[in-house]
Amino acid sequence: MNDATPEPAYNFAYLDEQTKRMIRRAILKGIAVPGYQVPFASREMPMPYGWGTGGVQVTAACLVPEDRLKVIDQGADDTTNAVSIRRFFARTAGVATTTRTADATLIQTRHRIPETPLHAGQILVYQVPIPEPLRFLEPRETETRKMHELEEYGLMHVKLYEDIARHGQIATSYAYPVKVSGRYVMDPSPIPKFDNPKLSDSPAIQLFGAGREQRIYALPPYTKVVSLDFDDHPFTASKAAHVCDLCGARASYLDEVITDDLGGRMFVCSDTDFCTDRQAHGKRGRLSAPISGGAA
Amino acid sequence: MSHIEKVTATDTPLLTVAGLTKTYGARIGCADVSFDLYPGEVLGIVGESGSGKSTLLSCLAGHQRPERGRIAYDGQDVLAMSESARRRLGRTDWAYVHQNPRDGLRMGVSAGGNVGERLMAVGARHYGDIRAAATDWLGLVEIAADRIDDRPRAFSGGMQQRLQIARNLVTGPRLVFMDEPTGGLDVSVQARLLDLLRGLVRDLGLSVVIVTHDLAVVRLLAHRLMVMQGGRVVEQGLTDQVLDDPQHAYTQLLVSSVLQV
Amino acid sequence: MIRIENLSKSFVLHNQGGALIPVMTGANLAVSCGECVGLIGPSGAGKSTLMRLVWGNYLAAGGAIHIGATDVAQATPREIIALRRETLGYVSQFLRVVPRVPTRDVVAEPLLQLGVAQAEARARAETLLARLNIPERLWDLSPTTFSGGEQQRVNIARGFIHPYPALLLDEPTASLDATNRAVVLELILEAKGLGAAILGIFHDEGARSTVCDRLVDVTGFTPKAAA
Repeated sequence: MNDATPEPAYNFAYLDEQTKRMIRRAILKGIAVPGYQVPFASREMPMPYGWGTGGVQVTAACLVPEDRLKVIDQGADDTTNAVSIRRFFARTAGVATTTRTADATLIQTRHRIPETPLHAGQILVYQVPIPEPLRFLEPRETETRKMHELEEYGLMHVKLYEDIARHGQIATSYAYPVKVSGRYVMDPSPIPKFDNPKLSDSPAIQLFGAGREQRIYALPPYTKVVSLDFDDHPFTASKAAHVCDLCGARASYLDEVITDDLGGRMFVCSDTDFCTDRQAHGKRGRLSAPISGGAA
Repeated sequence: MSHIEKVTATDTPLLTVAGLTKTYGARIGCADVSFDLYPGEVLGIVGESGSGKSTLLSCLAGHQRPERGRIAYDGQDVLAMSESARRRLGRTDWAYVHQNPRDGLRMGVSAGGNVGERLMAVGARHYGDIRAAATDWLGLVEIAADRIDDRPRAFSGGMQQRLQIARNLVTGPRLVFMDEPTGGLDVSVQARLLDLLRGLVRDLGLSVVIVTHDLAVVRLLAHRLMVMQGGRVVEQGLTDQVLDDPQHAYTQLLVSSVLQV
Repeated sequence: MIRIENLSKSFVLHNQGGALIPVMTGANLAVSCGECVGLIGPSGAGKSTLMRLVWGNYLAAGGAIHIGATDVAQATPREIIALRRETLGYVSQFLRVVPRVPTRDVVAEPLLQLGVAQAEARARAETLLARLNIPERLWDLSPTTFSGGEQQRVNIARGFIHPYPALLLDEPTASLDATNRAVVLELILEAKGLGAAILGIFHDEGARSTVCDRLVDVTGFTPKAAA
């Protein structure tokens, strides 16, 4: 892909070198203490909070000219947020971009982990809105930090208890809390809990950036990540009980798309690269166009 | 049953406090407070606002750090403990009942979740067991089982206070700190709560330190009484002796100022 | 069982100029097991004061009050609490209970303190309430709403539910009708028969002559007006 040519008016990847060094120190600390939220001096970025300012700063601090960048938003490469960030770095860093998971060296993501397994050498950067998993039950930052320090995580199970009491099952379906290396409880960002198992034992480096909350945390490669649960209500990585209507995939996370106002709907892979690739390899779903062409 | 042991092993104090002093700059919070508390014993601390009784309670419970003195709980030096050990004690062996249930409850969490929290904090990971324990405790504090999924917001003040007690006692603590537990309640609700507390103290062998300005409450609940004035203990002894035959000028004034004790 | 030696008591009224008021001096008295001693003397002579000193809610200025192995005048609060739980019973004229607690449980309470199982404690309470002619329909109600005579009988039931080796009775028959008075006297005699040492105040002369073995006039313990 070639979204734009690099802008010489900016330092490489927009941020100045001092700032990138500061962020890299935070990242290294985060990798040294998996799951621990490292405070950092988040900078103003030329995009609004909630658009991934944390992830963008982490990406900027990690990028080198040889990198090939992929940006996804809820699994898709072609949404406004994904396109904007990809173009931002194409212009300010001049790095190559791609939509192919396997080809990317650095993937910035909002709310998904790609279906295609990651490999060693890749970096996955998550955009995080609220890094503190205990926040909803304990609003005091001083207290939640104390709870992390002393490993007092009973409250996390209170949240799950409330879920079961109210819904008969753990209804938390995204941002599902995990315990990292048997120590820190971590918010994996609002990825669907379907993706939780992919957090564990990944060969890639996983970095989490929260811009507004000024926190960075990390999972080094091959870190054990366990989703919290109860003995009698074990964690399940659920997804819609359908197959992809475009590529026929059974085991990928699906988006439900309403197609008309008569109740018509279809299920498609949320990971657009994964779906496209399968279709290119001749996989077909219920609503796929015939191979010879024609509209769906 | 472990609480039988607790009831009978009354020869050694559960809590020993010696020379406890806490100042706020030049002002005295509490000064040179010493006492022993035995298993199954209820100690009342009375005095007017500013007498230091609340400061004392928060020092005992570890919410504030005294400048001088010693607190030994079950043979352990509480002030020398690590913070994590002290906090662990605070959610297992100790309990703290706040005057305002809002300070001691999670208002956004259901009654069952409130009661279950301490269990989960000490590692309970079986939803069914946690819920069963919460149901039992709600029954003990006379809250109907069908209210288990309601949030405390929907409860009356008296129910909230009983819920707070259940939440605190579910882990079977041995030492309970209470700060004006009947403070904001109607007289009839107070009575029910007093009866509940007496029963729990008797049946579970709880040791209790209760701070109040209500002499009628301590008369019915406390075995022993400590009267504080200006941060110091001016008199202590058997509850009805202190109330019926007060020795110190301040206690005499306090007792004679009450309409009917 | 009860042995009072050279007991004295005075009050210091700090809020009335620190006035020192001696109310008792040189009191000596002994009550053996199975014996009932009645205190007599005019109003204000110190009968109730003596009872309270023995019970421990008045602090002795000097002397000793031996009840079994405990000297109430020297004992720690814990020792007095243990004494009251196991050894020393008290039927006072006032009923002091947590409001809204059912009468049955009020009466059973001393047994629960002793570790008796709730069912048995309640059963024994009911037996005693029935004997004292408290109608069964009142057992589930709090005694705070009862008439004076009914409250008095609840108090008596509480005092007699455990066979205390030492018993203090403050006007136990005061506001009772003839039938219930007879029941109470019977209870007192039974307690004596079981070996209780009883110290009491009885204004009712008939009752006094029925249960008391000896009378002690407390006027003898009143300090001579010195100043």
